[in-house]
Amino acid sequence: MSKLTVSMKVNGKAVSAEVEPRTLLIHYIRENIGLTGPHIGCDTSHCGACTVDVDGKSVKACTMFAVQAAGAEVLTIEGMAGADGKLHVLQEAFREMHGLQCGYCTPGMIVRAHRLLQENANPTEAEIRLGISGNLCRCTGYQNVVKAIQYAAARINGVEYKEAAE
Amino acid sequence: MNAPTPPSAVERAEKLQGMGCKRKRVEDVRFTQGRGNYVDDLKLPGMLHGDFHRSSRAHARIKTIDTSKAKAVPGVIAVLTAEELKGVNLAWMPTLAGDVQMVLADGKVLFQNQEIAFVVATDRYIAADAADLVEVEYEELPVVVDPFKAMDPDAPILREDIKDKKEGAHGPRSHPNHIFNWQIGDRDLTNAAFVKAEVATKDLLSYQRVHPCPLETCQCVVSFNKITGEITIHGTFQAPHVIRTVVALIAGLPEQKIHVISPDIGGGFGNKVGAYPGYICAAVASIVTGLPVKWVEDRIENLSTTSFARDYHMTTEIAATRDGRVTGLRVHILADHGAFDACADPSKWPAGFSNIVTGSYDFPVAHLSVDGVYTNKAPGGVAYRCSFRVTEVAYAIERAMDIMAQKLGMDPVDFRLKNFIKREQFPYQSALGWEYDSGDYHTAMQKALEATGYRQLREEQKARQEAFKRGETRELMGVGVSFFTEIVGAGPSKNCDILGIAMFDSAEIRIHPTGKALGRMGSKSQGQGHETTWAQIIATEIGIPADDIAIEEGNTDTAPYGLGTYGSRSTPVTGAAIAMASRKIKAKAQMIAAYMLEVHEGDLEWDVDRFRVKGNPEQFKTMSQIAWAAYNKVPPGMEPGLEAVSYYDPPNMTFPFGAYICVMDIDIDTGVHKVRRFYALDDCGTRINPMIIEGQVHGGLTEGYAIAMGQEIAYDADGNVKGASLLDYFLPTAVETPHWETDYTVTPSPHHPIGAKGVGESPNVGSVPCFANAVNDAFKFLGSTHIAMPHDNYRVWQAAENLGLHR
Repeated sequence: MSKLTVSMKVNGKAVSAEVEPRTLLIHYIRENIGLTGPHIGCDTSHCGACTVDVDGKSVKACTMFAVQAAGAEVLTIEGMAGADGKLHVLQEAFREMHGLQCGYCTPGMIVRAHRLLQENANPTEAEIRLGISGNLCRCTGYQNVVKAIQYAAARINGVEYKEAAE
Repeated sequence: MNAPTPPSAVERAEKLQGMGCKRKRVEDVRFTQGRGNYVDDLKLPGMLHGDFHRSSRAHARIKTIDTSKAKAVPGVIAVLTAEELKGVNLAWMPTLAGDVQMVLADGKVLFQNQEIAFVVATDRYIAADAADLVEVEYEELPVVVDPFKAMDPDAPILREDIKDKKEGAHGPRSHPNHIFNWQIGDRDLTNAAFVKAEVATKDLLSYQRVHPCPLETCQCVVSFNKITGEITIHGTFQAPHVIRTVVALIAGLPEQKIHVISPDIGGGFGNKVGAYPGYICAAVASIVTGLPVKWVEDRIENLSTTSFARDYHMTTEIAATRDGRVTGLRVHILADHGAFDACADPSKWPAGFSNIVTGSYDFPVAHLSVDGVYTNKAPGGVAYRCSFRVTEVAYAIERAMDIMAQKLGMDPVDFRLKNFIKREQFPYQSALGWEYDSGDYHTAMQKALEATGYRQLREEQKARQEAFKRGETRELMGVGVSFFTEIVGAGPSKNCDILGIAMFDSAEIRIHPTGKALGRMGSKSQGQGHETTWAQIIATEIGIPADDIAIEEGNTDTAPYGLGTYGSRSTPVTGAAIAMASRKIKAKAQMIAAYMLEVHEGDLEWDVDRFRVKGNPEQFKTMSQIAWAAYNKVPPGMEPGLEAVSYYDPPNMTFPFGAYICVMDIDIDTGVHKVRRFYALDDCGTRINPMIIEGQVHGGLTEGYAIAMGQEIAYDADGNVKGASLLDYFLPTAVETPHWETDYTVTPSPHHPIGAKGVGESPNVGSVPCFANAVNDAFKFLGSTHIAMPHDNYRVWQAAENLGLHR
């Protein structure tokens, strides 16, 4: 199959690769660009392990061709930490609140949570649960994922994190 | 200026981050940054990609396989079929259960999506394209889907390869589709108990076929070096050493030239214990091509081929006195094993530890009989987040206890309290052969009742039932109770092995001169956080801060031989090995410290992170100082260095238990349920890291919720697998998943060096019957005795319909 050059900005860096038109964005990111943070869990856009941010929107990268993201600004888990290597508050929060176990859904979950907090800086628990419902986790039962996002939101908003009563 | 006060023993202990503290996970540093190292992340020079052409039929003879179109696709390097594999004697492979399984279809197919041809290409897209171009001509054969019909006299014979074999791996076979019959307990005494029974119940309790469905599928990268004859296999293996030995045995390769590496694993839940055709095909392809070959399942392949769980149909009978004392238990299980018996059980246990079916109750007599049968479904039979077949029988006994309580007109809790094994009866010999190591069931149940306000819940339920009868509400309230006893930590060499290898586990600990340490274990974390908790055990045992201890698992070249992580065996077995290896180090350290302090070693006592002279605590040597001395100043005659290895053969299983209570509201017009409360009390003995325990419990409860309320790998009458994608197979999102309340009691295991029992699977074992009991409890005042799982909205609505509630 003939190939074409697809260029975009991934984590602020211009990247470019020769790929088939049918190449999925997730394969482009993982195999052509070499960023293996986003994962593949289902191929049918249910699990969300491949979630990245494309031009300010959460996207399941197994559902989009790389060419559709040509020229876009893409954010993956590898771009969450600051340029100085300082972890994003969500990354710290997931560790602090035990919001992950096997780590396979985590890159997609954190990138999604990041976009969710852009969309809604102070979400309720129900809004968080709905907001991450495109990201499946088989290990945590979500409870500590929700806590991690609440904790991160509180820190970003500069308010004290209060754990909801059991 | 005053000299700073030396840190107190408590402060020093805190600094160690040892057992009992909520240590943050070491693994998370890489996982939260997308720096995990999973199999599909691996990219080797020249690496090829393999993909399968699979059967569209459930049972058919293969007349022809035409691979010419596939081979003609540019980029295709090879296409393997059974014919090619026969050349290397690998068309079939042995299973863990003593059966054989086709690697690639040999003459016929026995289940839909069975592997027929393996296409190897330069790129995964090309491999997938070419796999589609393999052409197979089938001759349809009649299909067996219903296990109850598998042994009909006129049932089609599925396994023609063994149709004349009267003796299987587990004794006589009574039909060509029969795999084994396994019995335990005293049949005559049990039958007599039923003859005398004042009250008896008999119910068919089916536990549907499900799949563990970890988020990462099964995958591998195999790299064969033609020059040296070495083969390196990176794979999603819960038991890497076992895989190495299996490869040595079935491929005839020398074991020292086989290097198996399990990198980070994206969840296992039992799915990644077995050896699958993809691994064999990738290995053969790498040997043939001399290039690395990657095989990655997609989700549909995962759900429909690499193992399943449950599919147990349990006829469960309880005998009891009128005043509610159990007098006997009789269970027959029909086990649907699919097309090949590839159950992942210890070799001598064809039905796993299903003889834990007596549960938490003092049954004077019991008898269990299990028949395994072949059907045209995927092979497997793994323990989906449970010890071997424990979840199945926990469901049976916990449902049956509820049904008997209902028949007796007793509250299910009171009936349980009356029949619990009492604290003073431990160690307890069960009627089906286990010695329960420890337990305190009454205390745990009492705590659960108080925490949930159980008696008030029953009052509320009564009021709501009255309101329902008056037509004031269309909602039913169910209160589910379960009290499970798990059996984990396989297992003692006297009765547990896999392919002849005893089920010990291992730890090797090295203390470096600077007082830092490296631990290597035979277990393999798939999310359990071993890098964190194993270091906590060592920290407490030998006084080196957990942060100074690196933990490695999964590389068979460096880790001591272990049987891997499944069946909640890591803490009971590997955790014990870690404590024992630590104690060997500590014993040597004591001798070195005595030499350094010029006292007799008996004059020393341990103090958190140091040995001190008894009665003179100012005189001490810290573990760090001792470590340095181990490399330059050991007593005469002693070898330098400070390291130890332990292979731990457990004297018994451990028996975690728990009390779970669920409050559920059900709308009978839609079948929609709402879990109002779910309370889980777990007793896993000594608690190593409460944060991780809580996380494990949350995850297990969520999986149990999924199973009870919706998961099913179903087949239609033609053997087509229905719902083998995430569109149909229920994985709860954050929206459906209930809020979990966790609690605990601590009853240490008396035979485990640190008293720990294992916890990862308890919540799955305990929660499935708890949810099922809640659903059933909601309907029972209307005359219903048993509604089968899974309790998805449609089936719950159907249950209401069957009771005439919509008229």
